[in-house]
Amino acid sequence: MSAVPAIPLYSPDLPPLPEARLRLLTELTHGLDAGALLYVSGYAAGLAAAQHQGLAPAHVPVQPHGASASLRATILYASHTGNGRRIAEKLTATLESQGLPARAVAAGDYATRELAQERLLYLVVSTHGDGDPPDDARAFFDFLLGRKAPRLEQLRFTVLALGDSSYPKFCEAGRIADERLAALGASPIAPRIDCDVDFDAAAAAWSDSALRHAAEALKPAGDAPRLSIVSPLRAAAPALATRDAPAVAEVLVRQRITGRTSDHPVTHIEIAAPADTLAYEPGDAVGIWHRNPDFLVAQIARALQLDPAMRVAHGADDHTLGEWLAAHREITRLSRPVLETHAALANNDELRRIVEGDADARAKLLRDWQFIDLLETWPAAWTGEALVAALRPITPRLYSIASSRSEVGDELHLTVAAVDYERSGARRVGAASYFLSSEAPELRAYIEPNTRFRLPDDSRRDIVMIGAGTGIAPYRAFLQARGAQGARGRHWLLFGARRFSSDFLYQGEWLAARKRGLLHRLDLATSRDQAEKIYVQHRLREHGAELWRWLEGGASLYVCGDATRMAPDVHAALREVVATHGARSADAAEEYLRDLAADRRYLRDVY
Amino acid sequence: MGDSAPLSPVEHIKAASRGLRGTLAASLADAPTGALADDDTNVLKFHGSYQQDDRDLREERRLQKLEPAYSFMIRTRLPGGVCTPRQWLALDAIARRYGNGTLRLTTRQAFQLHGVVKRELKATMAAINATLLDTIAACGDVNRNVIASVNPVESRLHADVYGWAAKISEHLLPRTRAYHEIWLGEEKIAGTPELEPIYGATYLPRKFKVAVVVPPLNDVDVFAHDLGLIAIIEETAHGPRLAGFNVAVGGGLGATHGDATTYPRLAQVIGFIAPDDVLAVTEAVVTTQRDFGDRANRKRARLKYTLETMGLPAFVAEVERRAQVSLAPARPWRFTTNGDRFGWTKGFDGRWHLNLRIPSGRIADRDSARQLSGLRAIAQVHRGDFRLTPNQNLIIANVAPEDRAAIDTLVVDHGLDLYTRASPTSLDALACVALPTCPLAMAEAERYLPSFLAAFEARLAHHGLAQVPVLVRISGCPNGCSRPYLAEIALVGKAPGRYNLHLGGNATGERLNVLYRENLAEAAILEALDPLLWQFANERRPDERFGDFLWRAKLLSV
Repeated sequence: MSAVPAIPLYSPDLPPLPEARLRLLTELTHGLDAGALLYVSGYAAGLAAAQHQGLAPAHVPVQPHGASASLRATILYASHTGNGRRIAEKLTATLESQGLPARAVAAGDYATRELAQERLLYLVVSTHGDGDPPDDARAFFDFLLGRKAPRLEQLRFTVLALGDSSYPKFCEAGRIADERLAALGASPIAPRIDCDVDFDAAAAAWSDSALRHAAEALKPAGDAPRLSIVSPLRAAAPALATRDAPAVAEVLVRQRITGRTSDHPVTHIEIAAPADTLAYEPGDAVGIWHRNPDFLVAQIARALQLDPAMRVAHGADDHTLGEWLAAHREITRLSRPVLETHAALANNDELRRIVEGDADARAKLLRDWQFIDLLETWPAAWTGEALVAALRPITPRLYSIASSRSEVGDELHLTVAAVDYERSGARRVGAASYFLSSEAPELRAYIEPNTRFRLPDDSRRDIVMIGAGTGIAPYRAFLQARGAQGARGRHWLLFGARRFSSDFLYQGEWLAARKRGLLHRLDLATSRDQAEKIYVQHRLREHGAELWRWLEGGASLYVCGDATRMAPDVHAALREVVATHGARSADAAEEYLRDLAADRRYLRDVY
Repeated sequence: MGDSAPLSPVEHIKAASRGLRGTLAASLADAPTGALADDDTNVLKFHGSYQQDDRDLREERRLQKLEPAYSFMIRTRLPGGVCTPRQWLALDAIARRYGNGTLRLTTRQAFQLHGVVKRELKATMAAINATLLDTIAACGDVNRNVIASVNPVESRLHADVYGWAAKISEHLLPRTRAYHEIWLGEEKIAGTPELEPIYGATYLPRKFKVAVVVPPLNDVDVFAHDLGLIAIIEETAHGPRLAGFNVAVGGGLGATHGDATTYPRLAQVIGFIAPDDVLAVTEAVVTTQRDFGDRANRKRARLKYTLETMGLPAFVAEVERRAQVSLAPARPWRFTTNGDRFGWTKGFDGRWHLNLRIPSGRIADRDSARQLSGLRAIAQVHRGDFRLTPNQNLIIANVAPEDRAAIDTLVVDHGLDLYTRASPTSLDALACVALPTCPLAMAEAERYLPSFLAAFEARLAHHGLAQVPVLVRISGCPNGCSRPYLAEIALVGKAPGRYNLHLGGNATGERLNVLYRENLAEAAILEALDPLLWQFANERRPDERFGDFLWRAKLLSV
């Protein structure tokens, strides 16, 4: 703290900016994400410090961020859900509050050449699919793992890995980054921590240990000149809803939008979304806190022969068991710790063999089973306390927003596929989708910004929207927004559904948009209307020449939906299209797509 | 015609259709919608299909943000309603694979398939074609399916009459290859579309219907059509012989609610022609209508209105001039009934014919009767042919005496023996398809017929009239597919659950009924009928029909 020169602080008593300048500032900062705002804030503070010391002209040319990389901590985050961003921003704020310069940067926005100058790096990275990093971190990983990666002897680092232990390659991306940084000569300031879905406690512990070493690691090596980094000036607190303080939103419309013959119920939900609590942009997601189904809570209590009315204390909280299970714990998703504890309690050879010996069976079980399946198959005696302690805290579910404020005003629309099936004759539901399609008149919601999935700044740019199932949701938002903008760019939707007659989500709206000239191309792939399965990637290949023309004309590509099958299949088809119609080798086509992604013209929102 | 009035929009669509091609190929390839481009829905009719949607689901799907549940009705061209067991089996398979699992027998002796979705339309049309049937001109502003008396008893005369029906149908077929290109993948021939020597580039102003009848049966309701040919049979030393036909023109049952310039009309007999002149006269009637019909107002475009405008003598003179035929004075004829002869009848050649009752012509597998399966089983063993009657029923024709028992067993096993059980009134009742598929329907018809008959027959029984046949026909709209204006009692759909009540047709198809009460729900219909039935029961002469009684008792007025 003492090393930072004193700067006169902003006082609310001082005259504000002249109106014209204020307008410019508003225009400049409108729509920027937190990282960019921090940068602007730091930039302005640096100018102020220079002026104060009489050392610099009143204006210095803007340098790319990272120009003073060696003197501040970089918190690099890469995660789909926004958890990584939240952790990174919190850590950044804490560091700054201790007078330590820090910045939070999304991996997709990070200029990899700056890595060689970094002194202190915190990496928050989640793992997806088959051990993969998130889409927007691919370029960073390619660089880090590639031959061009620099030696990093100057660097101190630590990794927080986010993951889900029900997947086989738990926290794989974090592990790979951790090992590679060490191999490049960087030294860990704290050991990597692998977090499961309930990451709050582990993340807090990691942040604490990360803080302890920050000041030491950032001691200036010499007398390098510096721009000051100060805590950003925060706008007068708008009560934006957050994950931990969600808004209570009224449900306005709840409408099934798959036809009666569909075996795939999808519900369109419209909620009231005042701009001061639930501000969102097309591409953002909405987080919804749900209550677990009462019937399932009752089933679990019955299976365990526990009284749902019994009081259970855990940590600082005290609820009835029924309330714990309904509102505070995950009971539909199975976690590895619960499975292992259950196996110990059940004392059953078959279960033990699966949990201890058969990784595939275990992974399948974690993926496909619910806790109740476990209870009913291999009974075990849990106490209420042990159960509450073992189950993960309930987490909100994220849904891509299906509307644009420019079209729907203070509403927010979402598209929810019901998870509802039978296992051995018993009904199993997805907790959140069940809750959302039930009659609850209100929801607890917050906005999860997704700056990696935004419309092009230039509305003259064409966009190609590729999606399947409820992956169509953000495209509805996109088209609404572009329609309201009077965008001059063209729009092409390629959509995959099971059956034409019942599962073509928002069909009426797409056809109407096509008719009025807003949607320029509409291609549909239905997988179950004919003997052979037809998916969106087939349509991409079929219309490859046209797609290539759009790409060469500067179109942006969007992919939304299933991450495990659709996204890779679409990627392969895109590579093929680029190779065939762009006359390139497969490697060069891959390179082309990588460049597109780096240019933010190939954007994915897959889950 | 039409003087200065602008042509109707459909005329422009026909003119621009390049020989009925339109943009059908592109419409069929447009996967995101189950519908065709608007103009193509008009072009498609000429190929024998209508775009429809399930009206029961319309509102539900609107809320679901889905387009209406579009599907297509396909109508075969089947002159005289004759088909082979092999064709039956093929159509049965097509209905189950592509359609909604039912076959519909129409009052024009055609099959209708319902519920075919667009992406399977081409495959369905090709499959129908593979049965040596087609659907060309089964709908649209052209000559529709030519119907003919089934007349199973006089099989030699039936063969003659059926032959004329088939010849007229062929003669009046559009010449365009559009059907073959679009549905059968025939190579497109470059250059201008082929000429239509009879129709010209814009075809007819409106649909055109031909019926051929063999008295004394008037099962085709010969006066309900634009052109009716009444076979005149002469007795000769070698048996009966077809001498020629009386020609009747200008029948038509379509009308529009609230438009007094539209009306149902019976055809007028204008003279007699020899068989050799049939094609020439038919073509002359068609081309006169082509050139003189109203192309501005489709509601007034049928031949009956052309006659009104031209005057009958001028029309007849024009036909005679074009055909180079002088009409002879009409020969006498007599009709006894327009109903079917149910049950087994023996032809003069010793072969047997079984006329089944198929309510509303709908062949389906339902809990009460497995008609579709039953007729499939029959088609698998039957060695004769099938005949669709103009009363929506079915004849299993040309059965050898030794095969009757096997067919009877199948009939009984599958609940196809309604003809042995149904009341006389319900045997003859007709209803059009109407809801949920027909886009024109204003009220239920086919689905309402059973419950209306039950209620009505309860009233008949109440008055001791249970065994007295009353000809009842229900139509979902005023266009008249079930020929309602000839019935003794007709309900013509006005709005959901509401009908205009028409009374006073007869049982030979020779007298139009009149509008008796407007816009009634069922209770009011029964209430209106009740005093008339009471009076009929009390004052009826032996064998007198209800319609005849109403006129004799002066209970109706024109």
